[in-house]
Amino acid sequence: MGISRRIVLALSATALAMSMGAASAQDATKLKIGTEGAYPPFNNLNASGELEGFDIDIAKALCEEMNAECEFVTQEWDGIIPALQAGKFDAIIASMSITEERAQQVDFTDPYYTNSLTFIAPKESDFDPSAADGKVIGVQQGTIAAAFVEENYPNADLNAYPSQLEAWADLSNGRVDAVLADFGVQYGWVQSDDGQCCEFKGDPVDSNDRIAIAVRKGETELAEKFNTAIAAIRENGKYAEINKKYFPFDIFGE
Amino acid sequence: MTAENLTTVPHVDRPPPLPARWTQARILGTTLLCLWAAAGLGLIYFLVRSWNPDLLHRYAPNYLSGLWVTIQLVVISIIIGALLSIPIACGRMSKNRIWSGLAYGYVYFFRGTPLLAQTFLVYYGLGSFRHQLDAIGLWTFFRDAWYCALFAFSLNTAAYQAEILRGAIESVGKGQWEAAKALGLSRIQALRKIILPQALIVALRPYGNEIILMIKGSAIVAIITVYDLMGETRRAYSRTFDFQTYIWAAIIYLAIVEALRNIVDWIERRITRHLQR
Repeated sequence: MGISRRIVLALSATALAMSMGAASAQDATKLKIGTEGAYPPFNNLNASGELEGFDIDIAKALCEEMNAECEFVTQEWDGIIPALQAGKFDAIIASMSITEERAQQVDFTDPYYTNSLTFIAPKESDFDPSAADGKVIGVQQGTIAAAFVEENYPNADLNAYPSQLEAWADLSNGRVDAVLADFGVQYGWVQSDDGQCCEFKGDPVDSNDRIAIAVRKGETELAEKFNTAIAAIRENGKYAEINKKYFPFDIFGE
Repeated sequence: MTAENLTTVPHVDRPPPLPARWTQARILGTTLLCLWAAAGLGLIYFLVRSWNPDLLHRYAPNYLSGLWVTIQLVVISIIIGALLSIPIACGRMSKNRIWSGLAYGYVYFFRGTPLLAQTFLVYYGLGSFRHQLDAIGLWTFFRDAWYCALFAFSLNTAAYQAEILRGAIESVGKGQWEAAKALGLSRIQALRKIILPQALIVALRPYGNEIILMIKGSAIVAIITVYDLMGETRRAYSRTFDFQTYIWAAIIYLAIVEALRNIVDWIERRITRHLQR
C-alpha cells in the first residue's frame, strides 16, 4: 500500500510539473531557428563552439522583439529547406536569398538585407568576370551563386563545395581561379587573415538579391510576426547597431 | 549379366516430402517477407505518383554523365589497386623484416582509417603544399579533384586487395608447394601454375565485395567537387529539394551492385566446374 501511495504522489507531482511547464511556455513562444553555422561573418561557430554573426545577432534581436524564446539549430546548407519542412526548426535565418525555386518550397518574410553576387580572385590574377570561359569557378552547392554560374557561364568549370569555407580553401591554394558568392560573405573573408591573398574582381554580376527569413509554407502568422519585428528593429536603431558591428556600409539597401 | 541385374532392380519411390508446417519461424519469415514486399510496392507507388517528366528531362543526362564518372573512377582505381597490391602482398608474406614491416604499416594505415579521411587528406592536405608540389611538377596532377580521388581510392583499395591476395595464397595448403617442389617446379612456376589458380577461386568473392564497396564508397567524391553519380544527385537535389533525386541514385547504385553480384556468381560457377559433384 505504501508503494502504491508513493506512485500516486509521484504521478501527481509529474502532472503538476507538466502543467506548470505548459503554462510558462504560453508566456513566451518558443522558436527553433535553423542556421548553417559555416558562413562568416553572418553565421558561424566561434572558437568556443558558439554561434555568432550578423544573422545570429539579427535573429536574437527579432526574438527579443517578438518576446520569443529562441533556440538555434545548425544544419548543413543543402538540407536546410527539407529540415525546415520536416519540422526540425520553425524558421531559417541563414542569409537565404529569395528565389523562385525556394519560394515553391517555403514562404519568405520581408527581406532583412540586400545582397549582390561578386567575384573574388587572387590579387595577382587578371581574372575578369566578363571573360571567364575556361576558368575554374568555385561556389557553394545549392546557393544562388551556383545557379548563376550554371546559367551564365556554361563554358566555365564549376566546382561546387558543401560549404563556403571549402571554396575559399581551394581559392587560396589555387585549385579554383575565382570564387563567386554573396558580397557580404566575400567582404568578410577578404578582410580576414586567410583572405589576404585575394580581392574583389569587377563589378557585382547580380545585384538584385534580397535576403529573408524562410518559414514553412502557410505559416503566415509567424511570417507576419517576423515582419513586424524586422520593422521594429529597423525603427529603434537595433538594426543599425548590428549593421555597424559587422559592416562599415549599409547592408539593408534601398 | 550386370545389365540384367540393373533392369531387375526394383523401382523404389522416394518417401513423400513432409508437409510444410506453419512453425513460428515460418510465420515470422512470411510476415517479414510481406513487409518487405509492401515496402517495395510503396516505393513503386511513390515513384509512379511523383513521376515528373520535367525532372527526368532536366536531370537524366546529368545522372548518366555522373554514372559514367563513377564507373571510370571505380574501374581505374580497382585496376591500379590490383597492380599495387601485388608487391604489397609479396611484402606481407616476405621473410625480410623491412619489406614485411613496410607492407604491414601500409595496410594497417589504409585499412584502419576511413576512406573519407584519406580522400580529404589527399585533396585538402596536399592542397596546402601547393608550392612544394609545384616545384616538383606534381601540382597539375593534384590540382584536379578527379585525380586526387583516383589517387586516394587506388591506394586504399590496394591495401584491401593485398590482404585478399595474401589470404587467398596462404589458404592453399603447404603440401601443394611441397608437391610442386618435388616435381621440380621452380617457385615462380609453382605459384603461377599450381597455387594461383586455386587461390583465385578463394579470392573471387572477396574481390567482388571489394568492388562493391568501392562503388558505394566512391560516392564520397561528391564532396570534393567531383560530379559523380552522387555529385549530380546532390546538384539536382539542391535545385529541386525533391528527395526522389536520392531515390533514383539509390536505385542506380542498387542496379550496378546487383549486376556485379550476378557477374561474380557466373564467374564462380564457371571456375568451380571441376569441383561440382
